[in-house]
Amino acid sequence: MTNRATLLASAALVATAGMASAESHMASDMTLVSWGGAYQNSQQKAYVEPYQANNPGVNVVWDESSAEAVAKLRAMNEADNITWDLVDVVAADAIRLCDEGLAMEIDFDEMLADGDDGSKASDDFGDMLVSDCYIPQIVYSTTFGYRTDMVPEGADAPDEICDVFDLETYPGKRALEKRPINNMEWALLCDGVAKEEVYDVLATPEGQDKALAKLDTIKDQVIWWSAGADTPQLLADGEIFMGSTYNGRLYSVIEEQNQPVAMMWDAQVFDLDGWIIPTGLSEERLARVMDFVKFATDTQRLADQAKYISYGPARASSAPKVPEDMKMHMPTDPANAGNTFLYNYEFWADYRDDIDAKFQAWLAQ
Amino acid sequence: MTDQTAGTAPAGLSPDEARRADAAHTGPMLAADGTPLKKSLARALRRQKLRALALIAPLLIFVLVTFVVPIGDMLLRSVQNGIVADTLPETVETLSDWDHDGTALPGDDVWTAFYIDMWFAVERKEHTRLGTRLNYELTGMSSMFRKTGRQVDRFDTDVYGEQFVALDPSWGQPQSWAAMLDGPAADALPLTARTWERWKDFNAEEGDKVLEEDIPDFLFTALYHDLTHGAEVEGVSDRLSAAKAAAAEFEPVDLSAQFADADEDLGNIDVWKTLQLYSPRVTSGYFANSVDMQLTPDGIEARPENQQIYGILFKRTLFMSLVITGSCILLAYPVAWLLSNLPMRTANLLMILVLLPFWTSLLVRTSAWKVMLQQQGVINDVLVWLGLVADDARLTMINNQFGTIVAMTHILLPFMILPMYSVMSTIPPSYLRAAKSLGATNWTAFWRVYFPQSVPGIGAGSILVFILAIGYYITPEIVGGNTGTFISNRIAYHISSSLNWGLAAALGTILLAVVLVLYWAYDKIVGIDNVKLG
Repeated sequence: MTNRATLLASAALVATAGMASAESHMASDMTLVSWGGAYQNSQQKAYVEPYQANNPGVNVVWDESSAEAVAKLRAMNEADNITWDLVDVVAADAIRLCDEGLAMEIDFDEMLADGDDGSKASDDFGDMLVSDCYIPQIVYSTTFGYRTDMVPEGADAPDEICDVFDLETYPGKRALEKRPINNMEWALLCDGVAKEEVYDVLATPEGQDKALAKLDTIKDQVIWWSAGADTPQLLADGEIFMGSTYNGRLYSVIEEQNQPVAMMWDAQVFDLDGWIIPTGLSEERLARVMDFVKFATDTQRLADQAKYISYGPARASSAPKVPEDMKMHMPTDPANAGNTFLYNYEFWADYRDDIDAKFQAWLAQ
Repeated sequence: MTDQTAGTAPAGLSPDEARRADAAHTGPMLAADGTPLKKSLARALRRQKLRALALIAPLLIFVLVTFVVPIGDMLLRSVQNGIVADTLPETVETLSDWDHDGTALPGDDVWTAFYIDMWFAVERKEHTRLGTRLNYELTGMSSMFRKTGRQVDRFDTDVYGEQFVALDPSWGQPQSWAAMLDGPAADALPLTARTWERWKDFNAEEGDKVLEEDIPDFLFTALYHDLTHGAEVEGVSDRLSAAKAAAAEFEPVDLSAQFADADEDLGNIDVWKTLQLYSPRVTSGYFANSVDMQLTPDGIEARPENQQIYGILFKRTLFMSLVITGSCILLAYPVAWLLSNLPMRTANLLMILVLLPFWTSLLVRTSAWKVMLQQQGVINDVLVWLGLVADDARLTMINNQFGTIVAMTHILLPFMILPMYSVMSTIPPSYLRAAKSLGATNWTAFWRVYFPQSVPGIGAGSILVFILAIGYYITPEIVGGNTGTFISNRIAYHISSSLNWGLAAALGTILLAVVLVLYWAYDKIVGIDNVKLG
């Protein structure tokens, strides 16, 4: 009897305690997955700290696993034990997660905040919504940086993409990413293929051979990178003359480490980074994540992130709020965006396996 | 016991015969409690075994659950291919009769089955997953399934429902369908009956009641298909007979055209060949891929030369692992010799020097080699300063095979030194002295006396280093460039980037098999008893 009375009493206590908190239906812990480094830091400052100021008691844990997020989420899903609440991934990965049924579909207008100019979220994000499951945060670009002190005497500084393939004017090593994406496009572009036709040509075996043949001309001068930090390091060490990497990485080499490096924005490839919500979250956790995402992707928060890192906000309404001194470093700034590519998600979703096999076979020979 | 009975046996009998004769004479030997001794002994032994088993049970269960089961599960993925038959059951069934040698696309029954399967797959969001799977085999399948999925519930098949309901309004009532398919009509309308069952299951999953839902278009399509393909409905019910007579006059929907509108690739015969080829639940396709072959309707054939990569990588992995093992032996032997022959104090200091890098992070050690070996790195700088190398002709020592071998030799060296040391420290120094006192030169004493005794240490170290090297991933990834990467880098790529876990599992299985075969060969040639870890 007494046992039962205590049980009832404690149950009643728990119930009142629950009612006392207005957000009893929301979990108080959240695991966010991101890339670590300066990027995660900018998210912590722009999104998480203000959110925690409004919601004391919410505990945020970071997991720096975005690079393996797709494989890990699949494994978690198979084990039926999802431990992540919100995952930062690039758009191509988001599309795969959505295809695999591992990411939740988002009703953009319903779940996200309107732009502060009154536009609906789906209009505010516009073309950035490349998947039904994906909430973009930033636009970044993959572009080239070069050592200003290694430009040969008498030559102009490299300012167009084909200078990468011009070993005569610009001798020295180059760093390229160890995957076909972007490299194949650049190669075709410099092999005389018109920009509009690049993907039509790349869809054919002849076009793929053509791109590899072009890459062949610089193959022995290329160091292949697989982590975004490689190229900045190689540039700082003077190992390479020029190399491709994410524009934010080059920004920190130039502005924060004051290395003699400059950007070559020509033919930069835009890509997106953003959030997905894993499927299969419990109701409390989902409620918390939705609350956070709505806050963290509103106009002001996305603009705030640009204070800390040189990536452009994905909302149109955030653009005017980007700090003036950061605007010139944004890939989307008109001065930088003269000639750009947009990562062709649909094309690479289909051709990635096929072209990657050929690319890797070419590399290994 | 045998000896005893043999001892008392009459002369002329073998011990065995004697025992039998003895047993026949006195009956079975009994234990104190009256049970036969043999039985009692067996029971005691069994109890002992069980107790031993119970003692190691926690470890056994731990190993099973955390090691054997996951690895077994992963290896099984190299042949599993249930996803096609699970997602498109009707299509797989009807497609098995289709003649892939012809030039004609599959017929009506396949299109109807595909339509029904796709509807369920899209509702359960499984079609894109299947698209990802099949895209490994045929480029373009991924977007084909995604595009088709968006269109499937917008097909013009609603005309069937309208025509059936116009004929008899009861066709619009789910109750009448439930009643009909509960009875003999189910045998006459096989596709409709099966589809009705799936529709019921689907509603149960969603928590809806099938009797409150409108009859979906695909059920009318299935009914139309059954009725126009010779369903025997005579005497089943008047309503069905009337429907059958009327269906022949219905305005049909060309599903193949609807699908071709959704995605023109569906009109490509290769798509259907691939679907048929990968219909079975067990496939050899992953293994074929992992040896640079591919599955085709006419059997397994080699891939085009510009896509062959795994053969190169397997050979390279084996070759480089052997070179690394060899260079580890050369470097470790003198160190282990010093360790076991120096005075205790110096040996301990040396031991710490061996172990210190062993305790340092792998990434740190690999990155340190980068700083050492790169063109603007320490070694090149020194060579240029000494004037041995011109400034514009600095050596390339990293991002190639050489860099990988150097870095991995350094990282794996302790695994060679430690077993060598533990074997050498058991060889008494007096043997060498004895050899020399009997007139052997230094070399003979070493080669004829010392070296043979240290071979078990070399064997143990070599096995350790080789097996670790063959599966190495991080170091080749960082310093391997394009000529120094291993097969494990490709496995990692398929696990984490391309998500082709089947292919990764097949490559892993082959790697495991290669290691086991080499281990077996090693046992045959050197003998595994000759390996000593201490």
